[in-house]
Amino acid sequence: MDHPKSNGQPGKTPGLPPEVRRDGEPGWAGGLRKLYNSVVDEPLPDSFQDLLKKLDDGDDA
Amino acid sequence: MPERITPTSGDEAFRRELMGVLPHLRAFARGLCGRHDFADDLVQETAVKAWTARERYQVGTNMRAWTFAILRNHYLSELRKSKRQTDVEDADMERMLVMEADQEGPVHLGDMETALQKLAPERREAVLLVGASGFSYEEAADIAGCPIGTMKSRVARARTDLTRMLADEPEKIGAR
Repeated sequence: MDHPKSNGQPGKTPGLPPEVRRDGEPGWAGGLRKLYNSVVDEPLPDSFQDLLKKLDDGDDA
Repeated sequence: MPERITPTSGDEAFRRELMGVLPHLRAFARGLCGRHDFADDLVQETAVKAWTARERYQVGTNMRAWTFAILRNHYLSELRKSKRQTDVEDADMERMLVMEADQEGPVHLGDMETALQKLAPERREAVLLVGASGFSYEEAADIAGCPIGTMKSRVARARTDLTRMLADEPEKIGAR
């Protein structure tokens, strides 16, 4: 078995990993925002249609 | 320039503003509880609560902060209720997000999500509010009902935890 001795990611140069520490922030900080924004960007599911109606009808909730 | 104000126009403006924050509420809820269905239920219930309490909302204040606080309190009370019923921890079964083909970040989003769910709840909430939703420490402290210093230290601890967790498994990061 001949495992290539990969040193992983191409951008992994010492000192400045890609997208890391843009403002001295750790790499996951962008990941967290991305995760969050991916939900914000999702279209509202169909189940929310009823909600719209409920609010339309006034407060008989 | 004052426009003609009909009794419903205030409601309509409120409704529109409320609808506008729903996507943010969904993101916050999902980050908090880690489950799709539960998160969406929370958001819907929050919207109804907000609507019912709309008279108490001061126009011109922060709708996002106001509704986040409602959601957060509702979530905690639901949590207490369900803790009494069962102690099922199935957050792991349904992942917060099923991310496919989005692996270009330095951190794989699946790992990010797993790490987030491993945080202590108040730290998770803190880093979601400040690090993801973009609230100031002051706004976040208001939402969570704690002093600003407490919020700052929660965020700092969450950051330390996340950095440690996500640095522990170098193979998983970006390599999948």
